[in-house]
Amino acid sequence: MANLKVNNLNKNFGKVKAVQEVSFEAPEGKVLSLLGPSGCGKTTTLRCIAGFENPDRGEIYLDDRKITTIPPEKRGIGMVFQNYALWPHMTVYGNLAFGLQIRKVPKNEIIKKIKKVLGMVQLEGYENRYPRQMSGGQQQRIAMARALVFEPGIMLLDEPLSNLDAQLREEMRFEFTELQKKLGITAVYVTHDQAEALVISDKIVILDQGKMVQFGTPKEIYSNPKNKFVAGFIAVTSFIDGRIDSFIEGKKKVIVKTDDGLVIHGFDNSFDIGQKVSVAMRMNAVKFIQDENKSDKSTANIFKGKIIQSSYLGNTIDYKIRMGKWEIRTNAEAKYDFKLGEEVAFHLPPEDIIVTREE
Amino acid sequence: MQKSFFRKTIEIIIFTVFIFFLFAPLLSLGIWSVALRWYWPHTLPQKIGFDYWLQALGITKSLTLGAVNVVPAFLLSLGIAIIVVIITMAIAIPAGYALAKLKIPALLKGIILILFLLPRAFPQQPVFLNLMLMFNKIGLTGTVLGVIFVHIVVGLVFAVWITASTFSSIPPELEEAARSVGATRLKAFFKVTLPISTPGLIASAVFVFLTSMDEFTGTFFVGLPFVTTLPMTLYSASGSNIQFASVIAILLLIPSILFMIVIQKFLKAEHLGGMGG
Repeated sequence: MANLKVNNLNKNFGKVKAVQEVSFEAPEGKVLSLLGPSGCGKTTTLRCIAGFENPDRGEIYLDDRKITTIPPEKRGIGMVFQNYALWPHMTVYGNLAFGLQIRKVPKNEIIKKIKKVLGMVQLEGYENRYPRQMSGGQQQRIAMARALVFEPGIMLLDEPLSNLDAQLREEMRFEFTELQKKLGITAVYVTHDQAEALVISDKIVILDQGKMVQFGTPKEIYSNPKNKFVAGFIAVTSFIDGRIDSFIEGKKKVIVKTDDGLVIHGFDNSFDIGQKVSVAMRMNAVKFIQDENKSDKSTANIFKGKIIQSSYLGNTIDYKIRMGKWEIRTNAEAKYDFKLGEEVAFHLPPEDIIVTREE
Repeated sequence: MQKSFFRKTIEIIIFTVFIFFLFAPLLSLGIWSVALRWYWPHTLPQKIGFDYWLQALGITKSLTLGAVNVVPAFLLSLGIAIIVVIITMAIAIPAGYALAKLKIPALLKGIILILFLLPRAFPQQPVFLNLMLMFNKIGLTGTVLGVIFVHIVVGLVFAVWITASTFSSIPPELEEAARSVGATRLKAFFKVTLPISTPGLIASAVFVFLTSMDEFTGTFFVGLPFVTTLPMTLYSASGSNIQFASVIAILLLIPSILFMIVIQKFLKAEHLGGMGG
């Protein structure tokens, strides 16, 4: 199995800087995700690794082999495409055998290998089907089998599940992870779906406008997004912008002040006094206080707001709360039954909010 | 119900008119080709028979009917057309592939397509007259080679256009997938792109074949009087003998009808779409 290293990768399309100074290492046998919105350069980065684009600058290493300028067919990298890209004029057998025939694998060996890989993707006996005779999910599995059958050290996947319906997508996530762990193959996985990235990845690279914003484990990125963009991408729904006012509790915590006078306590992340920051909140950050007098002893981070929108979801209710010029979205238990326009008091526990850089 | 009845009526009327315009001239040709005696004001010939057909195909050699024998002309046309198809496709396939799949700047791509289109963008006579003057200097006028050259120039426009659009209708990932499993660019082309493009390429070749079979203006300037293809024979017969002209016209129609059948079978709309890409 292979170790992939990307160093200072740059790729321009005319005046568009698609990829700028991207560097990361995909550990051997692990899954690395390239995550970002469309146009962030994730697919271009993947295509540079596969050899379909020539980077303008930077190097790509597979183990210790420099592959930056080697043609794709000599790289020995398996690839799964978004639209599967199965060859419509060949059967499943033909699709899977092609790479092996090029490698001059003897025919009985090919038959054996195809049988084995079809077993892995749970499509035994599908050798004689044509791609058009199979469902999207089955085609996706064959595409994966095709990328695995010649036993590459690394496989690249370009949004492989985005064409499937939600339920199948979730199933396939687990199947992919299982298969990848079993084979111990290194995988680079491109996706714009943060939930997918969190589930399947060992490491995540977050890209924005061609630049690498954050590189870390799913846990690191989820609990400690580096800036407002990353937070917004990882399930954060509300932001309050302000500046670092002071430190408390021996520099463990910070006090953030907004320009409309809100004071919010949160955890420090090596900020400086006066630095512009954003307080990021997920749907579950807001804790409603039904009886103000009975609220807990700490008076910090208790705010008042007005309900401006509510959506009933059965066991929970989504509220949008207006507080000064800020809007906060939250998902509350159904027992908190507020009316539109009602004044509410709520607590934002410092451990449930994230103070992050604005840029 | 009312509406669908109304619609159906309209459809039937359009269909009838269409059939009339398409088949009435064909019917007329068919009748003329077997008319031995047909004088005004009779609606149908007074005497019919296959004499002109037999004479034209060289089976009988009647002096009273005239000495038109279309078989050599037909064979010449067929031979020229086959050579033209082979050479044109040999140029059009790589050219179309390059236009569709290689990273050529849009401006250059436009220029190349216009260059191929240019011979058809002007009135044909001046273009071919000029070509004739050029061919005169190098001794290509009145030769089969010169005629083949003219037919290639004419056919190449369609051939490049159709092959380019065929290739660009194939998702680039199919070739990339082939390369990712270890195929060189050439192998990916022959094993993946070419087989998938076969229908479009066949359509393109048939089109070139038909263009060559029907080509008149260029052959007229460059080929006559030594190279008489089927359309040339038709032209000379149409002045004097309407029956022979009808026979030749029907012979020329046969490839067109075969073409329609092939097109129906192979050519999908998506091969004609995506031209600009």
